[in-house]
Amino acid sequence: MPRTLFDKIWDAHVVDRLEDGTCVLYIDRHLVHEVTSPQAFEGLRMAGRKVRRVENTIAVVDHNVPTDADRLKGVNEPESKLQIETLEQNVAEFGVTYFPMSDARQGIVHVVGPEQGISLPGMTIVCGDSHTSTHGAMGALAFGIGTSEVEHVLATQTLLQKPAKNMLVRVDGKLAPGVTGKDIVLAIIGKIGTAGGTGHVIEFAGEAIRSLDMAGRLTVCNMAIEAGARAGLIAPDETTFAYIKGRPFAPKGKDFEAAVNYWKTLPSDEGAHYDKVVVLDAAEIAPEVTWGTNPEAVIPITGTVPNPADEPDETKRAQMERMLSYMDLKPGQKIAGTKVDVVFIGSCTNSRIEDLRQAAAVAKGKHVAPGVRALVVPGSGLVKKQAEEEGTAQILIDAGFEWREAGCSMCLGMNPDKLTPGQRCASTSNRNFEGRQGPGGRTHLLSPGMAAAAAVTGALTDVRELI
Amino acid sequence: MDKFTTLTAVAAPLNVANVDTDKIIPARFLKTIKRTGLGKSLFADMRYNADGSEKADFVLNQEKYRKAQILVAGDNFGCGSSREHAPWALLDFGIRCVIAPSFADIFFNNCFKNGILPIRLPEDVCAKLMDDAALGTNARLTVDLERQVVVRPNGEEFAFNVDPFCKHCLLNGLDDIGLTLEHTAAIDAYEARQPSWQPKIHGA
Repeated sequence: MPRTLFDKIWDAHVVDRLEDGTCVLYIDRHLVHEVTSPQAFEGLRMAGRKVRRVENTIAVVDHNVPTDADRLKGVNEPESKLQIETLEQNVAEFGVTYFPMSDARQGIVHVVGPEQGISLPGMTIVCGDSHTSTHGAMGALAFGIGTSEVEHVLATQTLLQKPAKNMLVRVDGKLAPGVTGKDIVLAIIGKIGTAGGTGHVIEFAGEAIRSLDMAGRLTVCNMAIEAGARAGLIAPDETTFAYIKGRPFAPKGKDFEAAVNYWKTLPSDEGAHYDKVVVLDAAEIAPEVTWGTNPEAVIPITGTVPNPADEPDETKRAQMERMLSYMDLKPGQKIAGTKVDVVFIGSCTNSRIEDLRQAAAVAKGKHVAPGVRALVVPGSGLVKKQAEEEGTAQILIDAGFEWREAGCSMCLGMNPDKLTPGQRCASTSNRNFEGRQGPGGRTHLLSPGMAAAAAVTGALTDVRELI
Repeated sequence: MDKFTTLTAVAAPLNVANVDTDKIIPARFLKTIKRTGLGKSLFADMRYNADGSEKADFVLNQEKYRKAQILVAGDNFGCGSSREHAPWALLDFGIRCVIAPSFADIFFNNCFKNGILPIRLPEDVCAKLMDDAALGTNARLTVDLERQVVVRPNGEEFAFNVDPFCKHCLLNGLDDIGLTLEHTAAIDAYEARQPSWQPKIHGA
C-alpha cells in the first residue's frame, strides 16, 4: 500500500503495539531546554531512574536567557537564574550534552538542532516546546510534548502515541518577489484556521515549497502548530542533503552516503492517502501581516482590517470585536501605515542567517525611524558570528538596529526583552496572542523583510515598495 | 497521579473560543522548577487587574465558582504552547475535568498525564452544559468515567468517548513510565537494529 512520508517515519519507529493500537514509539532526538525540563529531571531523581540514551539527548538554554552583551556577567532575574542553574545541575548529574550561554553553539533550540546536524531526515524528534514542529522541514517527524512526556522520553527513549491523520497542503506555482516562507505559512493559517490541522500532521508540498531554501522551509514547519497540527513535514530532497552535508553532528563519508540512500526512500509514494488536502496558489500570496490576536487573523499588507459586522456567527463576531479593541484598530482601516513602536527580528521562526539577510537587504543605507526601537536577535551564537563576518550585522547596526545575543528574546516575554502595555510591535515571531510579548503588548506577525520595512518607515509597510 | 473515577462538582462556564495556553498561564509564571503552586496564576491576565486585584466579572472570581472542579469551555481550548504548566495550574486551582467542543492536541494529551479528564462533546451539548454551569452552585454536573457519561442536574446523560488506554490510566492513577518500562526488552531490541550510520550526540 502506498504510504505517506509520515506513515514511513512512523512505521520505522514503532517498538511495540498495545492492544488498543497505542504504539510505543522510539524517539531518535530529544532536545531539552530550561523551562519545561526541571520537573522532568526531578521526577527521574525521585524514581531513581537514569536518562536512557544520553547520546540521543541535547540540552540548551534559550527561553529566559538575557540577550544583552553583558549577560555572561550573570543573570539578574532570580527565577530565571534558578531555572538555568537547575538545568546545568541536571545535565551534569545525568550526563547530557549541553550548550551553555558561553558556548558559540548556544541558541534557540529549534535553530540549533538543524544547524548542528542533530535534526536529520527520517528521525523522530521531540522537545518540551510546541515549535518543535520546525524540525519537520528536515523531513523528520518532530513534535512538541509536555513535561510528563519529557520525563517519559528521558526514562524510556519512547513515547506512547497513536498515529495522527495525514493532511497535505500543496502550494502550487511560483512565489512573487518579496514573498517568503513566512508569508506562505501565514496565508495557509489564514485559510485553514488555528484548528485546521488539529489531529493531523501536515505535509507541505508543491512547487513553491520545493523552491524554498532550508531556512524558508523551517519557517513554514515552525508555524504548523499555529494551524493546530501536531507536526509539519517537508519531504527531504537535494536541498536538504546539501544543507546537512558537513554539519558537526551529521553522518560523514560512507555513513553520509548510506544515510542519503535511506533518506531518498522517505518521500510520500504516488497515490498515498491523505485524510485532508488543501491547495493554495503561490501567485495569490502577498506579504502578509496579522491584525488580530491569533495567527489566523491575517491579511495581505495591501488589505484592510475586517469588519465584525460582516461576520454572521455571533461568537466569532464577539471575538473579532475583542481583537480589534485589544489591537486598537478600526474596521475598514488600511493595515499599511499603522504606526509601530517596536520591531523584533528573531525567534525560532525567523532568526536564521537567511532571515537576517532579508532584513539587511531592506535596511541597507536606511535608518530606523525616530521613536522606533528595533531589535535583531540571531537564532544562535553561530548565526551571530556568521552575520558579523559577512557584514550583514554591520548593515543592521549602521541602520540603527540593536544587535543582540542569541535566545528566544521578545517572542514570549520570559526574559528581560518585553513590550510594555499598549506598545505595538512588528514581529517576525509566531504568536500574536494577547500579552505574548509582554502584558498589554500588541503584536503584528510578518516576515523579516516586512519587519525591516516597518523599522525604517515607522509603520507597517509593503516591503515590495522598498526592494 | 490521583485517580479519576466519578466527579460531582460545580462547573464554571468559560464561553470563549481559542483559549490558548498563554491565556491559561502567561509565560512569566513558567519560571518555576515545581509542578505545584500555579493555581493562583491560572488565567492571570483575564483574572487580575494590573495592580493584582481581582476582576470581579471573571468567572472564577465569582463566589459560586471559587470551588469549581469542572470547566465548560469553548472551541479549540488549550491551543498554542505545549507548556504543561497549563494543566498544572488548572489542577492546582482544583479543576479535574474540562469539557469543550474541541481541544488542541498537546494540551489534551497533557491533561491525562495529570489526572485531568478532558471531554469532547458536540457544540449543542456543550451549550446545554454551559447553561447548567451558569446556575453556579445550584447545579452540579456529574462526570462518570467508568460509564463514560456526563450527567446534567436534571438527570439527562451525555455519553463521551475516551481513549481506552488513557481511561485505564486515569481510573487507576497509573504513571505510564512504569507501564512503558514493561516494554524494555522491545526497546533494547529496537536499538540493537538501528542503522550504523545513525550518529550519536557525544559530549562535545
